Amino acid sequence: MSNPEFETALKELIYKIADDELIIGHRNSEWTGLGPMLEEDIAFSSIAQDKVGQAYNLYQLLNQLGEKDPDQIAFNRNEKDFKCCHLVEYPIGEYDFSLVRHFLFDYAEMQRFEMLANSSYQPLANFAKKFKGEIKYHVFHAHIWITQLGNASGISHTRIQSALNEVYPLVLSIFEPSPYEDVLKSENIFAGEELLKKNWLNAIEPVIEKAGLVLPTVKDETAHFGGRKGYHTEYLGPMLAEMTEVFREDAGAEW
Amino acid sequence: MHIISLDPRVSRLDLLDEGSEVTVPQQEGWHTYEVFHQKKTGTQHTHVGIVHAPNPEMALVFAKESFARRGPTSNIWVVKSADVTATSYDDADIFETTPEKLYREASAYKLREKIEKYKLDTHE
Repeated sequence: MSNPEFETALKELIYKIADDELIIGHRNSEWTGLGPMLEEDIAFSSIAQDKVGQAYNLYQLLNQLGEKDPDQIAFNRNEKDFKCCHLVEYPIGEYDFSLVRHFLFDYAEMQRFEMLANSSYQPLANFAKKFKGEIKYHVFHAHIWITQLGNASGISHTRIQSALNEVYPLVLSIFEPSPYEDVLKSENIFAGEELLKKNWLNAIEPVIEKAGLVLPTVKDETAHFGGRKGYHTEYLGPMLAEMTEVFREDAGAEW
Repeated sequence: MHIISLDPRVSRLDLLDEGSEVTVPQQEGWHTYEVFHQKKTGTQHTHVGIVHAPNPEMALVFAKESFARRGPTSNIWVVKSADVTATSYDDADIFETTPEKLYREASAYKLREKIEKYKLDTHE
């Protein structure tokens, strides 16, 4: 831990993964009680809760690296300090939007975790192994829904395809390169966003095909970049205000 | 009169009040699945309830959420309820026994619990 650039790079990596998990977890939890049917409501809520749990574990790693405690990181930071990508900030929309986001995001998470399982930074490798089963289940859930709705008739197929057209350009915001790609690669901490994107495409393409869907073409893949540098959509601020409302009532409270 | 239900899947079927027969398109009607839960590898799967799902894979997801979240789980089975063949309750008398044949009933075996426990332990 003597090299300061190494530590900065590592923290930046953990912050962005954790912030993605926290924000998508909070967003998806907005479906609790409103899901399309009872069992799916429970499943989607349970997955959302897993995401917040994963964020908590990563904030603990940051705490061990000298950052504030997990509650402070989650509830007491400025919007600008969040490193989440634009994809996770968008409102839940209709269920088709949320499902397609869950599908594309969780396939990327699974690939990221697989890469992190080989990280030279042992706590990150341990994290990836600890949550391997959870992310496998999230992907299983997403895969079933997308193939079911994609292959169904009429309105169902049309809505999933149009949600895919809408979400796909946003998903590319996940892969905004870090300013520390080189050091992350040379220190074998993480093999980089470009490889992640490649692995992700290899993983989703067969599913898209099986579901009878078509990936849209995107003119500017960088159009939704900025989240990793603290530039967010108009949706993050109001969401953070709501998420931190109880915390801010009494910031020093013991739970 | 078409039947309008709170469940959109029912409304979409265009059911008539007269109760005439309708053909449900593939993937439109959901099925009931019986859920069997196994706590530990090697032990028996136990029937724990039902879920409603459009296909077996989604039935597994719903079964996990409904029956496998609050305790240890090693495995889950789902079986379409329609695939279960059952005796009729009208024929329940086939299980009755005459007083002279009470010796057949396993409750007479004092060692039964010990035997069951032994079987379970040797599976572990």
